[in-house]
Formats: sequence, structure tokens, C-alpha cells
Amino acid sequence: MTLDFTPVWQSWQSLATGALITIEVTASALGLGCVLGLLVGIGRLKPQRRVIFGICTAYLIFIRGTPLLVQLFLLFFGLPQFGILLPAFLCGVLGLGIYSGAYISEIVRGSIQSIDAGQMEAARSLGMPYRLAMRKVILPQAFVRMIPPLGNEFIALIKNSALVSLLTIDDVMHEGEKIISVSYRSLETYLVIAFIYLILTSATSFVLRRTERSLRANGRV
Amino acid sequence: MSEPIDEGIVQVRGLAKSFGAVQVLHGIDFAVQPSQVVVIIGPSGSGKSTFLRCLNGLETAEAGTIRICGHSLVEHGRMIGDTQLNQLRTDVGMVFQSFNLFPHLSVLDNITLAPRSLRKLTARQAEDEARALLQKVGLEHKADVYPGTLSGGQKQRVAIARALAMHPQLMLFDEPTSALDPELVGEVLQVMQTLAAEGMTMLIVTHEMNFAQEVADTVVVMDHGRIIEMGPPSQIFSAPRETRTRTFLQAVLSRQSVVS
Repeated sequence: MTLDFTPVWQSWQSLATGALITIEVTASALGLGCVLGLLVGIGRLKPQRRVIFGICTAYLIFIRGTPLLVQLFLLFFGLPQFGILLPAFLCGVLGLGIYSGAYISEIVRGSIQSIDAGQMEAARSLGMPYRLAMRKVILPQAFVRMIPPLGNEFIALIKNSALVSLLTIDDVMHEGEKIISVSYRSLETYLVIAFIYLILTSATSFVLRRTERSLRANGRV
Repeated sequence: MSEPIDEGIVQVRGLAKSFGAVQVLHGIDFAVQPSQVVVIIGPSGSGKSTFLRCLNGLETAEAGTIRICGHSLVEHGRMIGDTQLNQLRTDVGMVFQSFNLFPHLSVLDNITLAPRSLRKLTARQAEDEARALLQKVGLEHKADVYPGTLSGGQKQRVAIARALAMHPQLMLFDEPTSALDPELVGEVLQVMQTLAAEGMTMLIVTHEMNFAQEVADTVVVMDHGRIIEMGPPSQIFSAPRETRTRTFLQAVLSRQSVVS
């Protein structure tokens, strides 16, 4: 058997468009995931605040304990039963964002709690309110520690985004499926798609490594 | 022991505190007058640090009354709210054993962070004040470096400058030289001595007996969560009333003379 990439090359434009959509979905989901992760991560810092802690923990348990595909289908096929018909793209972003938010929240919480308690004590002893101390003293330090695990999370998100092809979103995966359906060249198409994901994930980890290095410069943190 | 408590910058009455089942402070009565330098000594685990940390609300007292710089911090075991606590803390400087400088900020920013956001100083004013404070602790040339590049003694001097930047009426020192290499202790004590000479009210938990002897007005001896003895250094060091004080001083002083 010989490999024939011709049908894949001929459709390079739709693959490129698909890759852009993959980037759009992932980046939007990432934004949502980071906001959710920060809120939920901070919400789980103090178990004494029962209600907030309880809500955040319930979210974490449900999202981490069920498959992403099921969550996506709940949004896309389940919500319409309540008359809530969201566009496919929005479902994809919401689904991926809510999913990664759970994991990011644990990264946020872990990084904050890894900062020496003396930092908060010193800030509070100067008279700084809790929120100000968190914003000016704890989070900037915690952020540097978040980068490596966040990088893993970003990469996982890029790869997981392939699932949104099942919500009729024309991401790179979906474009690939279309090529296969007319050319029957599965191996070649999936190889090219794998390569495209590889480029996306490598670029992400490269950027994150650079960011971390520049933040760690001067022996500051 | 119960000395009569008169008006002062610090008034403590019946302060009690426990961690879980372990009671670490048993009804402390205590007062400090403005410009007084009080050194608290005592064996490890005697509650010195916990006592100090109660005075700026880092530990929550369970019973008793604490009044600091005109604020009521604890009233019959009830601590004031967070907003008032923040207010009080701007009047009470705290220096920690482990410095706790902010590693992501330059030395200058470490000092200006709180004044800029809390005293509403402009960047310019805060910086001028910070540079003056750095000069005072002998580190004006270190304004733009990050704490990671400083020695322990330098870090602690920056920490003192940072606390002073809020213009506190009272300074608390929690074993300020215990984490330092022996040769760096002197430079920190020097700064503290200058502060004392300028009339700053200071409350110092330390094991530096020479410093206590030279600088303190009053030495407080704590053991098992109680103040067992209190008096001028001359009395405590040469004629302690309590056997426990004597035992403790013998142990510490013999070690320090072996070292030096």
C-alpha cells in the first residue's frame, strides 16, 4: 500500500480554516477556564466559608468526575430540551472552558497555598486588607508557579478541543473528517491532523517556557 | 503576677490563648509606656512569640482585653473587625524572624507598597520616604535590587525599614536575629538600638541577652504561657527572684559565653 497525500494537500485551505477555528475555540475556552479557575481556586482557599467552598467543590467534583464528551453533549443536545438552543461554537467554548476551569482551579489553589504563609502575614501586618495582599503579594508570586502546570493544562485543552468536532463545529478535526469522507484517505489525513495539533501544542509550550524564564529572571521568585 | 495596669501604648489584661487542647497563654497582664523598650525572654515554647503575635491580631486571643495605641484590639475575648484591625496594624510595625520580604518586588517596592496603597502617598513621596528609611538602615545603595540578592542581615534591615514606612507608633520584633548568621546579628541590633534611642516604643522577643541588658528598659521573663518575672535588666540579670529565671539565664548565658 502506498501513501497518497494528494487529497489532503488539495484541501489545505479548509484544514487551515479548521486550524484557525481550533485556535479560536481553544483560546476562548482558555480565557473562560482561567477566569473560572481563578474564582473557584480562590473560593476553595477557606473551607470556613461554607457556601462558597461548597459550590466550588461541587463544581470541581462534577466536572472532574464526568467525561468531557458527556458534558459537551449535555450542553449541545441536552439543553435544547429546556428550550435553550446555544450555537455550536458557544457550546464548544462553554464546555471546554468549564471543563478546564476545574483543573485550573486546582492549579490556582495549589500555587497560592504553596506561597509561604509569612508572605500573607507580612502584608497583613502592614495593614493591607486581605484582597489587596492577595492581589499585590500572593498572586504575583503564585502566578509564576502556576505556569508549568498551566502549560500542561493548555496543551490538554488544545487536544481535547478535537471533541468539539462532534458538535458540528468545523475545527481542524472536523475538516479532516470531511476530507476522509470523500477521499477515504484516513491514514494520511489523520497524520496531517496529528502534525497540525503537534505544531499548536509545541508553539504553546515554547511561549510558556519563554514567559516563565523571563518572569524568573533576576532571581526574583 | 499582676502588676497594676495604667494607661499606656499597650495594655493587656487576662490574655489567654490555646492551640487546640494546648493552652499557650494563661492570663497575661502587661503594659508598655510610650518610648519604652521591652525585651521578652524565656525558654522555647513559653508563649513569647504567640503573645507578640496576639498584639497585632496575627493570633486570635480567646479571653482578655488588649488595647494598643488607642485602639481596642480585643475586648473581653472578642476581636475587632477586619477593617478596624487593618487600621490598627498600620500603627503597629512587625518584624519577623524569617524577614518575609516580598521576593517579587525590588527593595524599594517592598517598602513603598503599603504606604502607596494605604497612606495614599504618591509614588514620588513614597519613594523619597523609602530612600530616607533605607539610608537610616544603611542600605540606600540596595534600593533597586531584589531581596534574593541580599544577605540575611540586609534583608532584616529592609524588613525594619518596610515596617517603619507605615509610621508605626509601636514596633514588634519576633526573634529578629534568630535566623541570622552570627556575624550578621550586630548590624540588625545596631539599627534596633538606633530606633530605641530615637524614642520608638519597642517590644522585642529575643535571645540576645547582651542586647537586652544594654537597650531594654524592662525585661519580661515568660515561662509556660505566664509572665513569671518582670523588671529592669539590672535586676533580672543580676538578681532574678525566680528560680526558673535563674535556670533559664544560666543555660542561655553559658551557651553564649561558650560561643563567644
